[in-house]
Amino acid sequence: MIGRLALKTLSSVVAIFLIAGCANYFEIPIETPIKPKLDVSPFQRVLVAGFISGGTDDVDGNLETTRLLRSQLRTKSELRVIDADVLPLVDAAEDSGAGNGAAARPAGETPRQASDAKEPEIKDDKDLEAFEHLFADVEYWKKIGEEYQGPLIVTGTIMFTPQSRSGFVQREQEVFDSFGRRRVVPVRTYQERKGFRLKPKFVFIDGRNGTTLYSESFSEEILYNTNQSTPALSSYFELMDRLLPSFLNTLSSQKVKGTRVLLQ
Amino acid sequence: MNSKVFAALVLAVAIVTPLSADARNDAKKQVEFGITVAQRGLWREAIYRWERATQIDPSYAAAHNNLAIAYEHEGDLAKARVSYEKAIELEPGNALIKQNYELFREINDRTTRTKDTQ
Repeated sequence: MIGRLALKTLSSVVAIFLIAGCANYFEIPIETPIKPKLDVSPFQRVLVAGFISGGTDDVDGNLETTRLLRSQLRTKSELRVIDADVLPLVDAAEDSGAGNGAAARPAGETPRQASDAKEPEIKDDKDLEAFEHLFADVEYWKKIGEEYQGPLIVTGTIMFTPQSRSGFVQREQEVFDSFGRRRVVPVRTYQERKGFRLKPKFVFIDGRNGTTLYSESFSEEILYNTNQSTPALSSYFELMDRLLPSFLNTLSSQKVKGTRVLLQ
Repeated sequence: MNSKVFAALVLAVAIVTPLSADARNDAKKQVEFGITVAQRGLWREAIYRWERATQIDPSYAAAHNNLAIAYEHEGDLAKARVSYEKAIELEPGNALIKQNYELFREINDRTTRTKDTQ
């Protein structure tokens, strides 16, 4: 009996030493520096001009995005952020696109009538397309740039739309066996979920000559259980939070923290 | 004639085997020292050590993996990718190398995301 116990103890000790001896990997924290996507060295100042936004009426995508990007750029970029009124880009798009803008306004209506009337409803990507020509309007952006002494101009489109979806989702469930031992097992359940999709397109314009330097589109979605009530604005910020590192990385270098495993 | 060829082969195997074992031992020493200095934040020195290790023993997957991590830390993502891919090629079943590579790709893809215009 004692011999068996001694043998067991000895084998456990050997096993511990073997495991310790085989510990030939080391976790190490790293910080990966990411270079900015755009060379902003010719600019000292940045103007977040505003956005053409659409989707739900619960969030003003233009005002919220402009405010959020300005505050982020103030703390996380070396460019000086210009405080200015948000530009009425929808009106500008209608005025600038004598030909293209026709899609945004009913046939027979003059540009003046359109701007006097209520803002057109932009409900989906197709509605938004009618306004996109504004970003290629070099003369318009050059004029804006001249007003602010040639800054880097940030503008674009924001589409924030409600989503609802149903289907099977996998989640983890706690189960206890007859001995009271806890296990976590994956369970597939049918669920109806609702939430939002955020599709921003950021356009970076050279305020000295009105040309587009760079543009990038994103798409992020968040879904909740139908019994969960999450305000639209809170979802908007949650989705923007996912995109911000990439947006900021366009203008300034960023460091991504993580861990890796070194091997022996 | 055949016996001469056989003898030459035996001699070659006898010489090459200890040589490659020696190479792995030397490379391992470099890798271990690289780990020690990397843990103290001396990544440049670690890169030097792991580059030496891969020169001494090009088939040493761990050295390529560590080198990839160091390049990543220094922001040289192109070199990091080459080293990770070499490490995976040498040890395709190594889950830790694959995990490192997946995490690297997440960052790398973000930086090389398709742009609309530029």
